[in-house]
Amino acid sequence: MHAYIEGIGLCGPGLDAWAQSTAILAGHAAYTQAPAKPPALTLLPTAERRRAPQTVKLALAVGTEAFTAAGRDPVTTPTVFASSGGDGDTIHDILSVLASAQRELSPTRFHNSVHNAAAGYWSIATGATAASTSLCAHDDSFAAGLLEALAQTTTGQAVALIAYDVPYPGPLFAVRPVSATFGVALVLSPTPTQASFARLDLALQPGPAPSTQAAPALEELRHTTPAARCLPLLEALAKGVATTLSLSYLTDMHLHLTVTPHFQGQPA
Amino acid sequence: MTPLALSDFALVTSLGAGQQATIEALLAGRSGLTPCQFDTLPIDAYAGEVPNLDTPLAGAWSAFDCRNNRLAALALAQDGFLDIVAAAKSRYGAARIGVFLGTSTSGILHTETAYRQRMPDGELPPCFDYARTHNTYALAHFVRDFLRLAGPAFVVSTACAATSKIFASAARMIAAGICDAAIIGGADTLCATTLLGFHALGVMAEGPCRPFDAARNGISIGEAAGFSLLERPGPYHTPETIMLLGTGESSDAYHMSSPHPEGAGARRAMQLALADAALTPEAIGYINLHGTATLAGDSAEDCAVSSLFGSVPCSSSKGFTGHTLGASGVVGAAICALAIQHNFLPGSPHTNSIDPDFHSNYLRTGHSAHITHAVSNAFGFGGVNCSLVLGRAS
Repeated sequence: MHAYIEGIGLCGPGLDAWAQSTAILAGHAAYTQAPAKPPALTLLPTAERRRAPQTVKLALAVGTEAFTAAGRDPVTTPTVFASSGGDGDTIHDILSVLASAQRELSPTRFHNSVHNAAAGYWSIATGATAASTSLCAHDDSFAAGLLEALAQTTTGQAVALIAYDVPYPGPLFAVRPVSATFGVALVLSPTPTQASFARLDLALQPGPAPSTQAAPALEELRHTTPAARCLPLLEALAKGVATTLSLSYLTDMHLHLTVTPHFQGQPA
Repeated sequence: MTPLALSDFALVTSLGAGQQATIEALLAGRSGLTPCQFDTLPIDAYAGEVPNLDTPLAGAWSAFDCRNNRLAALALAQDGFLDIVAAAKSRYGAARIGVFLGTSTSGILHTETAYRQRMPDGELPPCFDYARTHNTYALAHFVRDFLRLAGPAFVVSTACAATSKIFASAARMIAAGICDAAIIGGADTLCATTLLGFHALGVMAEGPCRPFDAARNGISIGEAAGFSLLERPGPYHTPETIMLLGTGESSDAYHMSSPHPEGAGARRAMQLALADAALTPEAIGYINLHGTATLAGDSAEDCAVSSLFGSVPCSSSKGFTGHTLGASGVVGAAICALAIQHNFLPGSPHTNSIDPDFHSNYLRTGHSAHITHAVSNAFGFGGVNCSLVLGRAS
C-alpha cells in the first residue's frame, strides 16, 4: 500500500508545529525539551471550546495544521483517529466520582469519555460529514492507525490520520506511564498532488522487528509516548531523503515503511 | 464492494448464549430485560444482563480477567465458532487472519473496582493489569491470544457504532490484501460508567425501554458479545451463507450526544451502504434499527428510514437485548442474519403503541417472511453513523 503525504501537523514537547520542528527533526538544530503547547482553539464554537478536554484540543490543533498545509477540504475527507488510551483526565475524574459517596457524573464528562470524542468534536468544528473511525492498539496505536489510513487510500480516497496521547493523571499514571503530550496528523492522498512532497510505502510483515529509533535526543520521547512512535518517520520526511524504516506492531509483526521524497508540485 | 462471506455469528446477549437461545427468544417475543440489579440507580431502570459472568478467567488467561473479556470468552465458545476459526487457520495460516473488534468501555468496570480499592497512598491495587483489562485494545489482545492468531489487530471504539464500523475496516483490510480473513465483532459489558453516565444525560428509561413507542422515555442498557469470521467466498460456502454486501459510514457534524434532528447523517450512511452493495431500497426486506428508545434518536431515525425506504419493515431489537452500546452493531448484524436464515422478522417487545408521528413500517410483533437482504443500523456519540447490508449468497 502507498500514499502521498500532503500535509503534517505536529505538537509535542519542544516540537511546536511541523514547520517550526523540521530543523530539529532533520538534525540541523538542537532539540530542547519544553512542555507541549497546543495552540488556542479557534475552530470550535465557544460552548464546545469550554467543554473540550485536552486530547480534543491537541487532536484538533494538529488536524487543522495538517489540513491547512495540504489545502484539502476537511468536510469531505475521511479521518482516522488513533489514541493509545483516550482522555486520561476525563476517565480519572469519572472513576474518582464513581468511587466516591456521591456518584453523580457530569453529562459532559461522560460524553467526553468516549474514545471517539476527538473525532466528534472534529466533525462539529470542521463540518466534516465524511466517514471517521477511532481506534486503539495500546502501544502500537500509531502503527494501527497508519494501517487503517493506508487501507482507506486504496479505495481512491484521501484520508487524514490524527494520532495523539496525553499523560494519565493520578493512580493511572503509575500503571500506564505515558510521558508526554504528543499529537501528529498526516493528510494522505492516494495519488501525487500539487501539495504532496513524499511518497510513503507500507508493507505489513510477519515476525518481530525492533522499531527504527529516533535521534538520541528524541529517542526517550519516542519510547515513552505511543503517538511519538511516528518520530523516525517524521525525521525521514524532515530530512527529505529516501529512507526505509521499521515500525514494530503487536510484538510479532512489523510495518516496513519506505519514504520517497519528491519536490512539491513536481510529483516523482 | 466485493461481497464477503460471514460465518455463523457466535453470540451472547441477555436473551441467552448462542444462536438457538437468541432465535427462540426472538420468535417468542421474549425480552431479556429485567430490573437492573447490577448497580444502584436512583430510578427504576431495567438492564439486559448476561448471567453467570462471575467465574474469573483462569490459568494463562487470568491476567486478562475482567467482565468484558469473560463475556468475550463465553461468546467465542458458542455456535461452533472455535471450529470455524480452526478451519480458517488451516486455510490461511494464523498470520493471515486479522482481529478487528469493537468496544466502547472495554474492561473499565475492572478499573471502577480498583478505584474503590486504592491503597493508603492512593495507588491502585498491585494486581491491577491496565493493558490487559482497562485499555481499549485489551479485548482484541485477549481474543487474538486466546484464538492463537498472529495477524493484524486493533479495536475500533466509536461509541455505539463500534462493532458496525469494524465490518467496514475488516472488509478494507481484506480488499487491500493486508489479511485473507478477519475475526470481527466485539463485546461491551455493564459498568457504572455507562449506567450512571446515561442516567446523568437523562436518557435512562424508567422500566424497560420501548423503542418507537409514543410513550418511550429512554434506553435500557444491555451487555453482549458477538463474533463472526469474514472472508472471501469459497467452495466451503453454500447458497445459505450470509454475505456482507455493503457498508456505509458518515458523520453528523452536529452534536456530541444528540443526533441530527432529521437523521441526515443516518440517511447518508444507509444510502452509502446501499450504493456499496449496488442495491436499491426496494431490495431490502428488513431493517434492524438502531432504535434505542430515546425521544430524539428514534424520531431522527424514523425520519431517515421512512424517507429512504418507504414501507420496508423495520424494528429495533433494543426491547429484547437492551442497548448493548459498543456491541449493538454486531448484535444488529447477527439478528439480520438470523432473520434471513430463519425467514422471520422480529418484533419489538415493550413497544405498545407506535408514535403516531412516525412514518416507517415499524414491526411491533414478529412475523414470518422470506427476505434476501437486510440492513443493520448503528449510530453513536460524536455523531458517528454506520449501516451494513447483509444478504443471502444466492
